[in-house]
Amino acid sequence: MNLTLKIWRQKDAQSKGSMQTYSISGVEGDMSFLEMLDVLNTELIDKGEEPVVFDHDCREGICGSCSLMINGEPHGPDRLVTTCQLHMRKFNDGDTIVIEPFRAKAFPVIKDLMVDRSAFDRIQHAGGYISVNTSGNTIDANAIPVEKVDADASFMAAACIGCGACVAACKNASAMLFTSAKVSQFALLPQGKVEATRRVLNMVEQMDKEGFGNCTNTGACEVECPKGISLENIARMNREYLAASVKG
Amino acid sequence: MSVLNSNAPAGPLADKWTKHKNDIDLVNPANKRNIDVIVVGTGLAGGSAAATLAELGYNVKTFCYQDSPRRAHSIAAQGGINAAKNYQGDGDSTYRLFYDTIKGGDYRSREANVYRLAEVSSNIIDQCVAQGVPFAREYGGLLDNRSFGGVLVSRTFYAKGQTGQQLLLGAYSAMNRQINRGKIKAFNRHEMLDLVIVGGKARGIIARNLVTGELERHSAHAVVIATGGYGNVFYLSTNAMGSNVTASWKIHRRGAYFANPCFTQIHPTCIPVSGDHQSKLTLMSESLRNDGRIWVPAKKEDAEAIRAGKLKPTELKEEDRDYYLERRYPSFGNLVPRDVASRAAKERCDAGFGVNKTGEAVYLDFAAAIERYGKEQAAIQGNHNPTKEEWLALGEKVIETKYGNLFQMYEKIVDENPYKTPMMIYPAVHYTMGGIWVDYNLQTTIPGCYAAGEANFSDHGANRLGASALMQGLADGYFVLPYTIGDYLADDIRTGPISTETPEFEEAENNVRTTLEKLVNNNGTKSVDYFHKRLGKIMWNEVGMSRNAEGLKKAMADIKALREEFWKEVRVPGEMDSMNPELEKAMRVADFLELGELFAKDALDRNESCGGHFREEYQTEEGEALRDDENYMYVAAWEYKGEPADAVLHKESLDYDNIEVKTRSYK
Repeated sequence: MNLTLKIWRQKDAQSKGSMQTYSISGVEGDMSFLEMLDVLNTELIDKGEEPVVFDHDCREGICGSCSLMINGEPHGPDRLVTTCQLHMRKFNDGDTIVIEPFRAKAFPVIKDLMVDRSAFDRIQHAGGYISVNTSGNTIDANAIPVEKVDADASFMAAACIGCGACVAACKNASAMLFTSAKVSQFALLPQGKVEATRRVLNMVEQMDKEGFGNCTNTGACEVECPKGISLENIARMNREYLAASVKG
Repeated sequence: MSVLNSNAPAGPLADKWTKHKNDIDLVNPANKRNIDVIVVGTGLAGGSAAATLAELGYNVKTFCYQDSPRRAHSIAAQGGINAAKNYQGDGDSTYRLFYDTIKGGDYRSREANVYRLAEVSSNIIDQCVAQGVPFAREYGGLLDNRSFGGVLVSRTFYAKGQTGQQLLLGAYSAMNRQINRGKIKAFNRHEMLDLVIVGGKARGIIARNLVTGELERHSAHAVVIATGGYGNVFYLSTNAMGSNVTASWKIHRRGAYFANPCFTQIHPTCIPVSGDHQSKLTLMSESLRNDGRIWVPAKKEDAEAIRAGKLKPTELKEEDRDYYLERRYPSFGNLVPRDVASRAAKERCDAGFGVNKTGEAVYLDFAAAIERYGKEQAAIQGNHNPTKEEWLALGEKVIETKYGNLFQMYEKIVDENPYKTPMMIYPAVHYTMGGIWVDYNLQTTIPGCYAAGEANFSDHGANRLGASALMQGLADGYFVLPYTIGDYLADDIRTGPISTETPEFEEAENNVRTTLEKLVNNNGTKSVDYFHKRLGKIMWNEVGMSRNAEGLKKAMADIKALREEFWKEVRVPGEMDSMNPELEKAMRVADFLELGELFAKDALDRNESCGGHFREEYQTEEGEALRDDENYMYVAAWEYKGEPADAVLHKESLDYDNIEVKTRSYK
C-alpha cells in the first residue's frame, strides 16, 4: 500500500503547530497503525529528521497510552479498538490519512501527537477510591456476596482504560463518560456505597475545574470508546450526583 | 566467589514470617513523618508498596515513565491471580500453593520466600475486594475461580481476561487516596537514570523529566526498585514497548547483584510473528488452556497442505490430529506448566508440523469446549436433543462470556474468527524470573535499596506458574516490603532530610549527563531500533528456548561487538533538553546491550537444564529438562565489574527442608 499522511507537528506546548505531509510506501495490511508510524519514523531518522512523537506503550489495547485522531475519529475508523490495535487492512492503497492529537482544552499538546491527560489523574485523586487501609485483616472476601449482574456491571465500568477518546470525540470536550465510569464502578458495589456521596461530588467538582465541557447527551463518546463504556454510566452518575446534592 | 546469606529467619517454615514480623524493628508513627522513601515503578509491586508506605505515614515519591501510574505494564496481565483460599473445597491449602510454586519453579526458588508468598496470598484477595476490585462472581454472589497450568486445583481469581488491569487500578486507587492526602508525590513521565549512594547507603536517584529533559536530584532514606522485568532484551516480547531494565541495571552497576538472569519465561500461547515490521507480541492468556486443546496435524503432508493454504484445519479428521500435550503428559494435558508447553510446541514445529506460513505456529482449538458447553446449556434449558446450530450458538455464548475480550483481540490482530477456526499460537518471551538479588527482607546487596515484584528474583525459581506474577507483585508491595523496610528505617529516625547538594549527587548527575550528551552528539547513521532488533535476534536464536555452550559463547561475543558498534554508529535525533523518545530508547537499549551479555554468560555457566533454562546438552531421553541438583542447586548472583563478561559469581545455596526435591513430572 502507498499512503499519504498528513500529520500534526508541534515542537512543544508553547510553539505553534501545523500539518505536514509525508508519503509512505510498502505498508502491509497486517501492520498495526502504530507499526506503520514506526516505519515512517525509521525513514525520518535515516534522513536525519526528527521522528513523529506519539504516546504508546503496551500495544495490546489495555494501557490506554495511545491516542490519535485518525481522519477525524479517535482511534480511527474501526470500532472497539485502540489505535495500537487498528490494522492497516482497514485502509486502501492510495488513501490520504489525516493524523492529529486528541484536541481538548484540558488536554494540552506536549509535542506533535502527544497530549497531557493528567487532568484524568486529578479527577481520580479527588475520589476515585475506597478508603481502606492495607491491613491484611479486612473481612474475608466472600463475606459480602455481590449479585453477579452488579459485579459484572461494575466490571464493565471499570474496564475504562482512561485513554481520553470520549473527550476527543465530544464536541464539548466533556469528560462525563470517563468520570461516570469510575463513579459507577464503586456505586454498583456494596463496598463503595459508604463514601458514595462525597465521591461523586468531589469528582464532578474536579472534572469541572479541569476545564472539560458539559454533556449534551449526543452519545459520540460511547460510539468512539474503544472499550464500549456505556452511556448508562452517565445516567447513573447524574442520579448519584442529584441524590448527593440533595443530601449535601 | 562468596556465599550469600538470604537472612531468612530460623524456625519452622510455617512460623517464619509471623516470627520475623514480631522480631523486626518498627518505626514510631511520629517518626515515619520524617522519613522519605522513593519508589521507582508504579505497577502492582510499586503501586501497592507506595500506597501502603504512605498509609503508614512515610513520605513517598513515586516515579514512572508513563504519563500515569495506571499505565504500568501490570495492566496487561490477563488471566488471574492465585490465592490459597480453598473456596472450591478441592483440597487447596497454603502448603499446596507453596509446593506447586516450588515444583513449578523446578526447585530453584527460595523456600522461605515462597512459603510467605503462599501465606499472604489470601490477604491479597480480601484486600482487593475491600478496595472495590470487581472480580468475577458466580450467580450466588461469591467469587469464581478457574484453573491454571501446573496445578490440580482451582485457585485462580479473575476479572474476565483483564485481571491485571483491575488489580492495578485497585493499587492505583489506593495511591490516589494517598496523593489526595499529600503523602505521595507522583513524578510521572520521569525516568530513573542512576542511583545515588551516600556513605554506603542508597540515598536517592537521578531522574530525567521526560517532558522537559531536565535532570532532577531526589533524595530519600530508602529506594525501592519495582520496575518489572527485562524481557525486551529480546526486542520482541509481550512486554510493553517502554518496559526496560534500566533502573535495575543502574543499581546493578552501583553494587546490587543480579541473580539468575538466564531464567526467562517463554510463554506458550502468543499470537505468532507476522512479519519484519512487528514491534511487539501479544499474549493470549493461559486461561484459554482451560478450554482450548492444542494440536498440530499428525501427518507432515497435512501440515504442508495447511501451510500452502490448500487445507483448512477444520477439515482435518480427529484421528489426523496430534494433541501432543495430551499425548505426552496425560495427567496435566493442556495444563502443563509454561516452559513444558513452549518446548513441546517448538519440538513439533522444528520437526515440520507447524501450521502457519512461517511454520512456527500450532493450533489452540475450542471446538470441543463449544460443543461440551453448548450441550450442557441446552440441557439446562430443557432441550435434551439440540441441533448442531443450537448447541453451537449456546456454546459460543459461554466461550464469549469467559474469554470474549481475548477472542476479539485475536480477531482484530489476525483477521480470523477464532470461534469458527482454531487460533494459531506460538511461544514468545513473556516474563523474567531472574532479577535483582534480594534477601528475605527484599533488600538488595546495597543497604537501603530494595527490589520488589518482577524486578527481583526470589519467588519463581526457573519457571513461573500462571497467575503467580500478580500474586507476587501485590504480596511484595502490600504485605512484605512495608514491614521489612521498617527494620532498616528504624535506624534512620534521627538522620533528618538528606541533602542533594553533595558530591555523590553531583557525581551521579554528571555521569548521567555525560551519557546523554554522548548519545545526542554521536554522529552515527543507524537508528536505535536497528541495534535493538539485532540484539533481539541474537538473544532469540542463541539464548532463547533452547541453548547450547557453543551458541552461548557466540552470543556473548556477538553482543559485545554489537555494543561497541552501537556506541560508534547509533544516531539519536533531537536534543536532550526536551521531549525525545529516541533518546529514552537509546538509554534503555544501551543497558540491554550489557544485560544481554550477562544473560548469556549466566546461561553458559549453568550446566544443567531447569525450568525455562534448557541446555541441549542436558536432557533426558524423552527430551525433558535434566537438572543437576548436586552442582547447581544455587542462585547465581552476579557482581558488576565493568565488562559483563568480567562479572563475578556469588552463590546462594538453596536448601529444601520442607519439600522433597524430585524430578518434576507432569506425565
